[in-house]
Formats: sequence, structure tokens, C-alpha cells
Amino acid sequence: MKSYDDRTHTVGRIWMALAISVVLAVPVSICVYYNAWPSLTAVLKGLLGVAPIFWTVGIIEVFTYGPMLGSGGSYLAFVTGNITNLKAPSALNAMENARVRPGSEEGEIISTIAIATSSLVTTAVIALGVLGLSFLTPLLNDPVLKPAFDNILPALFGGLAVVYISKNWKIALTPAVFMVVLFLCVPSLSSSVGILVPVGALISIGMARLLYKKGLV
Amino acid sequence: MQFDPNSLFLFCVAGAVILFVIAQSVFFLVRAYRRGCAIGMDKAVLRRTVLSTAVFTVAPAVSILLGVITLAKFLGIPLPWVRLSIIGAITYELPAATTTAQALGVSLSETITDPRVYSAIAWVMTLGIMPGMFVVLFALKKMQHGILKLKTKDSKWGDLFLTSLFLGMISAFLGMVFSDIRSGLPGFIPIFVLLFSALLMGICGFLIRRCGWKWLETYALTVSMLGSLVFAVIITPLIG
Repeated sequence: MKSYDDRTHTVGRIWMALAISVVLAVPVSICVYYNAWPSLTAVLKGLLGVAPIFWTVGIIEVFTYGPMLGSGGSYLAFVTGNITNLKAPSALNAMENARVRPGSEEGEIISTIAIATSSLVTTAVIALGVLGLSFLTPLLNDPVLKPAFDNILPALFGGLAVVYISKNWKIALTPAVFMVVLFLCVPSLSSSVGILVPVGALISIGMARLLYKKGLV
Repeated sequence: MQFDPNSLFLFCVAGAVILFVIAQSVFFLVRAYRRGCAIGMDKAVLRRTVLSTAVFTVAPAVSILLGVITLAKFLGIPLPWVRLSIIGAITYELPAATTTAQALGVSLSETITDPRVYSAIAWVMTLGIMPGMFVVLFALKKMQHGILKLKTKDSKWGDLFLTSLFLGMISAFLGMVFSDIRSGLPGFIPIFVLLFSALLMGICGFLIRRCGWKWLETYALTVSMLGSLVFAVIITPLIG
């Protein structure tokens, strides 16, 4: 009999294959319904501007976030998106609160529940927002609220950093200092932070291995 | 046929995609919950996970809604709604739309009325973000088995390996907060917000451990995030 994990991969792959079909069906249906197929050159020109960086980031993200989110969580998060700014912090926070370890079966369950809940709530918020767009647009575009929306990531990662860095400060020190110096020297990198997540992860892993071998963690 | 980026047809397409996302989320939620119960996990913990994640998600979800509103100005509502509900993120969708429009010599200052331009943007938005899905489809199982092997071989190192991945992500975002400080005092606002969020989390930790406010554990990250967002609203006019 197949294990829970094996079954997760089976159903996860089915959902992923369906999701790929659904995603592709959107532009196909637009083209068919409006009889408006774009020229290949137009699509290639557009892709040339985004594909080199976003294809690279997209592929690297799987190898960086996959182990963190677990199997079920990954099959869901890589369909529903917004991984860095929502799904990964949600999973991380939920596993921390439930006191389960990432990579364990309990961690897999908690991570999946967190990502699924987060996806549902996001979908509901966006749907409600779209329904009440005429009412909400002026409110959400109010300059008074702009600083709040500009600072979602610092607000989110400040709290997470305290929990994780305080518990693992020996490992965290080197990648954190490296990243601060890097961004101070090359501020324009802030637009491609996605690429730097695996760089930070590699430095952390290297540091953890070194400290582990020396028996310091 | 007259093209309207807010047509009923496009809303129906968006609705179908949203239903798919809801179905997949509900499927995985119920499956994980049942498995948790089956292996003897505390139902209260599972329910608390749902509740705390739901509360925590609202503020970031509103910022995603802002992305929909931003893109809706020139793409109408349905396409941004779909793109930001399935795989997408505003950091990708906006450059994808802008690059394609520029390549076609179209301005994004007003709503798109040419269906060919619209479909080209839809294709670029779609194809530009799909490789990750294929990697998950074909490589995730092998990768997760590799992690499992690592944990079986050396449990402590396996845990450290996963913790290091989290720390790598947190470090990158910590560093990013410092990227604007050359622009003067306003560039320090993200750092102040981050520090305030950290301070609030520290206070929550103190209240949980020293005062026995166990209930706060579930909402500590939400409290630190929302509190620091209010802080951002207050300090920005004073500094900027």
C-alpha cells in the first residue's frame, strides 16, 4: 500500500497537471473567443524582457521553497503563487506555533493546512475586493495608507526574523551580514531579491555545516 | 467584435480559474486535516492553525488586491484577478505587462482596447511564470525523497539544513530593507518598520513566556505585522 507521502505526490501531480492546463486555457480561450491570436514575434519580444530572470527565479524557487513547504504545500503553493510574501511565511509561522519540525509528517500537515487556508483567504479577499472595487479603490489608494502597503515585507519579516534568528543566531549571522552589506553596496538588487534567497540559503547551509562539524550547533 | 477587457466572457474565464484554485485549496486542506486527525494530532492545534493563518493572511492579501487594482487600470479586472490568484505576484505581472506593451509600442497609461495586444500580454504573463510548475510536476517527488533520505541518515543535520533554508530567505529580506538608506532618512523607514515589528514580536514573546498569555502565541506574528504597519503610517509623514 502506498504511503501518505506517495499518495500526496500522486494527487499533487494530477492537480499540478490540471493547473497547467487551466493556466494555459486562459490565453487560449481569449485568443479563440476574440479571434485575436498575437504574433509570435510580439510574444517573444515580451518574453525576452521577463523570461531570463523569471524562468531562472521560478526554477530556483522550487528547490529553495520545496523542502520548506513540504510536498502537499508545494503542490498547492506553486499553483496559488505569492510564495515569498505570503505562503512561505504562513507555513513557517504555523509550524513554529504548532511546534512541529519542517520535514516531519506533522510539519507537512501543518504547512499544507496553512498554505491552503492562506490561499482560500487570499482568494476571498481579492474576490470581495473586486466586488467592492468602486468603494475600495479610493480607500486603498489613499496616500495615508500607502506607507502601510509599501512596508508589508519589513513588517512581516521583522517578526519572523526575531523568532528564527534568536533561535539560530550562530547560523544566521553570516548570511544576514552578507545580505545587508550586499544591498548597501548594490541597492538595485532589491528588485531581484528572489534570486538572492537561494544565495542566502547556500551561505546559511554552508555556515550550518561548518558549525555542525565543529559541534557548535 | 468590440473588445472590452471587463467583458462578461473574461469574468466567466476568471470565475472558472478561481473555482479551480478554491477546489484545489479545499482538497488539500481537508486531506491534510483528516491525516492530522488520523495520526493523532491535536484537533485544537489544527483548528488554531487554520484560524491564525486566516487572520495573518488578511493584510498581505489586501496588498495583493492593490496589485489587482494597479493592473486593472490598463488590463481590466479579470486578467489581473486571474494572474494574481494563480501562480502570479505583482512583482512579476507588472513587468511582464509593461515589457510586452513596450515591445508592441503600446502605452499602458490607458485601458487596452486592442484584443491582440491584450492576448499577447496574457501569453507573456502566462508563459513567463510557468517553468516552476513543470519543475514541481516532474522533480518535486525526487527532491522531497532526497530530503527524507538526508533526514533519515542524520536527523540533526536534516533539521539544520531545513532551518538554514528558512534563514537564507529571512536574511535576503533583511538585507533588502537596507537597500534604500542612501536616499536619506526616508530610506530608513523600512528599517524602522522592521525593527518595530521585531520589537513587537519580542514583547509578544515576553507576554507569552513571562505572563502566561498562551493565546497570544497564535496571533503574535499578526500583531507584530499589523502593529508595525500602523507604525509605518504614523512615522512616514513625520520622516518623509
